[in-house]
Amino acid sequence: MARHQSLADAVAEHVHDGDTVALEGFTHLIPFAAGHEIIRQGRRALTLVRMTPDIVYDQLIGAGCARKLVFSWGGNPGVGSLHRFREAVQAGWPVPLEIEEHSHAGMAARYVAGASGLPFAVLRGYLGTDLMTVTDTIRTIECPFTGETLAAVPALNPDVAIIHAQQADRAGNVALWGITGVQKEAVLAAARSIVTVEEVVDELSTPYGAVVLPGWAVTAVAEVPGGAAPSYAAGYSVRDNDAYQRWDAISRDRSTFEQWLRETVHATEVIA
Amino acid sequence: MSAEPTWTADEMMTIEASRALHGVRSCFVGIGLPSTAANLARTTHAPDLVLVYESGCLGSKPDSLPLSIGDGVLAETATSVVSVPEIFSYWLQPGRIEVGFLGAAQIDRRGNINTTVIGPYDDPKVRLPGAGGAPEIAASCGEVIVVVRHSPRVFVDRVGFVTSVGFGDAPGDRQRYGLRGKGPQRIITDLGVLQPDESGEFILTAVHTGVSVDQVKAATGWELQVATDLHTTPAPSEQELTVLRHLETTKGQR
Repeated sequence: MARHQSLADAVAEHVHDGDTVALEGFTHLIPFAAGHEIIRQGRRALTLVRMTPDIVYDQLIGAGCARKLVFSWGGNPGVGSLHRFREAVQAGWPVPLEIEEHSHAGMAARYVAGASGLPFAVLRGYLGTDLMTVTDTIRTIECPFTGETLAAVPALNPDVAIIHAQQADRAGNVALWGITGVQKEAVLAAARSIVTVEEVVDELSTPYGAVVLPGWAVTAVAEVPGGAAPSYAAGYSVRDNDAYQRWDAISRDRSTFEQWLRETVHATEVIA
Repeated sequence: MSAEPTWTADEMMTIEASRALHGVRSCFVGIGLPSTAANLARTTHAPDLVLVYESGCLGSKPDSLPLSIGDGVLAETATSVVSVPEIFSYWLQPGRIEVGFLGAAQIDRRGNINTTVIGPYDDPKVRLPGAGGAPEIAASCGEVIVVVRHSPRVFVDRVGFVTSVGFGDAPGDRQRYGLRGKGPQRIITDLGVLQPDESGEFILTAVHTGVSVDQVKAATGWELQVATDLHTTPAPSEQELTVLRHLETTKGQR
């Protein structure tokens, strides 16, 4: 059964140096507060997994937490480039970053395989692209029934998955709704999971389309209102598009980024 | 040309892209220019056009332009919101979506797209965002329309990295790779429109009002062939310009 913990305690207990960590949330419900806590606690040599690294991984990469990135689209949505990611790949700053690059469909299939207890997934994709030549975890397989050649990708099974949701109840059951991305699969694929939530309630409100993760499938729950900002939590907040646009200037050079780290991440204590 | 046009080249491109969705039922929409054009189409001539976003939104009807692919307005106005594994495996992969609308950092004479890297992969000159949903959109949509600004750096003879396959290296490559959609059928730029010939090479089939063929050739990194029946796209109508300019003011606002 999921334990209610503070975010600081949950990260300290469940996220270790060298772990493979997936913070998921497709534009919506991105667990920013948890990402900042990982930076504050100084985790190193992480393999970061995420379909869209978004500015949360730009921050973790710039802070030197990552050794490797497994991803499928590394931009600032609607704005442009992720400058910390780019500098790590192009110049190895602050530490060299190994990359393992997929498409969205491939990453989604990898999580599904991981959640399903399968060693790999099959999809129509990748064939004819150069992704196959640079990413060792993209291979082909012949369908045993039709003889068709299809793409095969290995399961993703992170050490820990971290997501943000709207609600949890006292027993640790978690509800999220709106754009729910690949979070259910990420949690079920991972050995451990941390869910930050907008609020802990006596009874979950589960609107149309809600995903409910039973408490016995989750490791830790931490109440962190606003924990997705500048991403958002439908029903609680809206996406702070201005912050995404401001990030472009902040992240463009090392000194403004480091100033941001000091003033925004290190100067802030965890709320819960 | 007697007078300066009252619209920008970008506006012309977006308007021509929206017109390309005439008679289309469903469209898988990338963010940026494609999303603007698709929403312009839905707001003007194609009110029933089904917009599909990779964040899992089916049938979004936003009244403001989203900044990201997962803005709340896309989910709130959707017929259905599904998970990301579902959008790719149940909706895109079987070929249910008629048109895929893509952008490009580089595109070559056979319509192959690069959004991954400029220069060597292991020592890149410019690291680009990467694939996202594009490879499978390019593989599985009924056909693909690319919207991109024209320049010799973008329109190259052969992309250095194929992120999404157009017509590969030679006729028959799409079939050989098992790609079931027809591939890119139109590249719409700020200068004109390119379409593939029978071999899969893109040729100039239309220029926008006030644009010369030489201008397009100069902005293309291969020896661009010109269709014998080259035509000029209609200038933007008042209605197209008014709606587009209003939409642009709503970007990222809600």
